[in-house]
Amino acid sequence: MATLDTDALGAWVREYARAVTEHRDELTELDSAIGDADHGTNMHRGMTAAVAALDATPPADGAALLKTVAMTMISKVGGTSGPLYGTLFLRMSGALDDGSPAAFAAAFRAGVEGVVARGKAELQDKTMVDALLPAADALTEAVGAGQELDVALRAAADAAARGRDSVTPLVARKGRASYLGERSADHVDPGAESAVLLVEAAAATLGRS
Amino acid sequence: MAAVGIVVVSHSRPLADAAVELARQMLPNSTLAIEVAAGTDDGGLGTDAVAVSTAITAADSGDGVVVLMDLGSAVMSAETALELLDDDVRARVVLSAAPLVEGLVGAAVVAAGGADRDRVAAEALRGLAPKQAHLG
Repeated sequence: MATLDTDALGAWVREYARAVTEHRDELTELDSAIGDADHGTNMHRGMTAAVAALDATPPADGAALLKTVAMTMISKVGGTSGPLYGTLFLRMSGALDDGSPAAFAAAFRAGVEGVVARGKAELQDKTMVDALLPAADALTEAVGAGQELDVALRAAADAAARGRDSVTPLVARKGRASYLGERSADHVDPGAESAVLLVEAAAATLGRS
Repeated sequence: MAAVGIVVVSHSRPLADAAVELARQMLPNSTLAIEVAAGTDDGGLGTDAVAVSTAITAADSGDGVVVLMDLGSAVMSAETALELLDDDVRARVVLSAAPLVEGLVGAAVVAAGGADRDRVAAEALRGLAPKQAHLG
């Protein structure tokens, strides 16, 4: 059975840093339409610092790795995505257990619930939660049904993308975008987009563990 | 007399420093602890929950801390900072919904006078009252 150890989780984090850097301008552009135009820059700064922190002090285990990522995001991102993604990784770190697929699915859910609690966002508020909650549901369901991890993570990534797309027509009810009211409709939410990248990065790396 | 500390959380270091300067103008000769956690470490706009927790620890003399903040990530970074603190320190901290400048001035004046934490927090929340009364 796949075990999500330090190497596997490190590959996930590094792939997410690479994806965030590749999509930096796109994320910032999405955020300039309905926010404060810093999401790509902030996520790039945070994830680059997270990878540097892992390089500087190799973590002892998977939980320590996720905690390093959490503390770096909390400290370095600057915007709201810092506390939000930081809380996601921090709660995951506390719930990782033995790193089995079932434990990973439970840890991811704990992380997503941490984001919900921190941001106080609900489904259809047009935030990262609209990508993360469906992904957590799909992952839990697929792993619970005995699917291989790569299949389960693919389902989670697809659910995240569908969740992101489902709220694109809506008016934002949280964050800076909510200041814009009706003008936020028909724009892709930048937080939902970066959340899709996170789950895609998991499917691209952890599914192969 | 209580020695309640105050922490200012802002996206902008200059904004926070100027707000503190404005409040200190009301407190000649006061040694009131007002700590600032503002901006990113490269001088840009942003907030850092680790810096907020450090500022809270620095402002805390055991009588409690009132945290004032601007908007958006400042609020979430302040909440996240609470998770990073020891339980006994966390129990002494109040995150104030008061407007930053008005709340800070009101809180600083009563804190410098030796008021306890709850009184300082209440005064921060009353910060808009003089302006509202004046403008009617």
